Amino acid sequence: MHHVVLERWSRGASFVHARDARVKVLVLLAYLVALATTAPITFAAATCYAALVAAATVAARLPLAGLALRAAAVLPFAGTFALFSILAGDGGRAASLVSKSYLSAAAVLVLAGTTPLPKLVRGLESLGVPRFLTLVIQFLYRYLFVISEQAQHMRLAALARGGGQLRFTHAAGAAATLFGRSYARAEGIHGAMLARGFHGRMELLAEPRLGTADVLFLAAGLAAAMALRLAMGAVG
Amino acid sequence: MSGRPLIEARGLRYRYDNGTLALDGVDFRLLPGETVALLGPNGSGKTTFAHHLNGLLRGEGFLSVCGLAMEQKNLAEIRRKVGLVFQDSDEQLFMPSVLEDVAFGPLNEGRTPEEAREIALAALDQTGMRYALDKAPYHLSAGEKKRVAVAGVLAMNPEVLVLDEPTTFLDPPAQRDLVTLLGRLEQSKVLITHDAALARALASRAIFFQRGKIAAEGPVAEVVERFRWEATPPAVSAPDRN
Repeated sequence: MHHVVLERWSRGASFVHARDARVKVLVLLAYLVALATTAPITFAAATCYAALVAAATVAARLPLAGLALRAAAVLPFAGTFALFSILAGDGGRAASLVSKSYLSAAAVLVLAGTTPLPKLVRGLESLGVPRFLTLVIQFLYRYLFVISEQAQHMRLAALARGGGQLRFTHAAGAAATLFGRSYARAEGIHGAMLARGFHGRMELLAEPRLGTADVLFLAAGLAAAMALRLAMGAVG
Repeated sequence: MSGRPLIEARGLRYRYDNGTLALDGVDFRLLPGETVALLGPNGSGKTTFAHHLNGLLRGEGFLSVCGLAMEQKNLAEIRRKVGLVFQDSDEQLFMPSVLEDVAFGPLNEGRTPEEAREIALAALDQTGMRYALDKAPYHLSAGEKKRVAVAGVLAMNPEVLVLDEPTTFLDPPAQRDLVTLLGRLEQSKVLITHDAALARALASRAIFFQRGKIAAEGPVAEVVERFRWEATPPAVSAPDRN
């Protein structure tokens, strides 16, 4: 399960893990803006942006291959839109779409893989992201576990009764059942949270504090993203 | 055991949105220091009743918890006073680490992070789970999860513990450990169970639910006997193959 792996990664120990969630979010934003505004993206530019993500991954002691593989989850979506660009005769745009989507996903994974969710959510709140949105993120993340658990249970149950090949009609029925079961389960979890006084905000055991290393990390991250953008702008 | 009841329900009724009448006029009292077992078939209303005690469900009728009427303005205080341990620990444990999960309640009560940490560690000591404080809850065994779930509730320093099928999914040694742990806790308890042996071990009184009503109440042995509420008939033995 991707989110279980991410959860484990986020509990690691490295210089990047130790940085305040807010500065990591700001550096990520700077990187994404730089990447998005580099148009058209050349092979050299894409390589440089990829190198920056790879450097962050190594510094965070995350598995490079594992992260690269997981970032590929966006490719089916990006690929679909890229296909339309190719059909419209714009191969350059298609390549740009796929490479930027992939690099953005990889960068987001570095953030998620080095920041436990409660800290990330608190960081987003401190940066002015509306509470409603952070609540949705929290619950979405928590319920991903629920849905994937339920799906695995149903898959095992189907296999145990010889249901190896799933026909469309069966899949549609299973999806409906999965929704119903996940909904009931999610209600249970929400009830358990309310029972222990949940009032809409995840409190943390340690209040985040900005240190010198965080400020330096922020400055270095912003400078790197800006330098890359300026250099690639010149190349592009 | 005397004094003002910690929980008092009169004529409690609850109907689910699908029309099922889950509680049909329940009268109930829990005295300080008392442990009451709620027995009865699946779907008889036991869990629905338990969820009323913590304000997760709100039905018609009178319900008072620790001297507080079940009203919106008292809800936060009632949830602090009544600790609800869910049947499925996976529903209850949702934070990334055991320590954070147990500290969830105290932090919601407005404790400082330092206080919440101390309280959580004390609760983990009480349930013998301090060694797992940095572990992710989903890496624990069923018995360990249950102990962490109990710790999460104890961290809120409740006056009443409501335990919904606490031995479900546990192997016999884990069940035994849990019974020992629960027996040591001084809080009054409402124990929902199908396990007559567990009820006998912990409860002084049993209440039998049937179709949303209380069908009988009295000493555990009497209620179990009257409804034949044992999983295994006493005379069953393996067939002689010689």
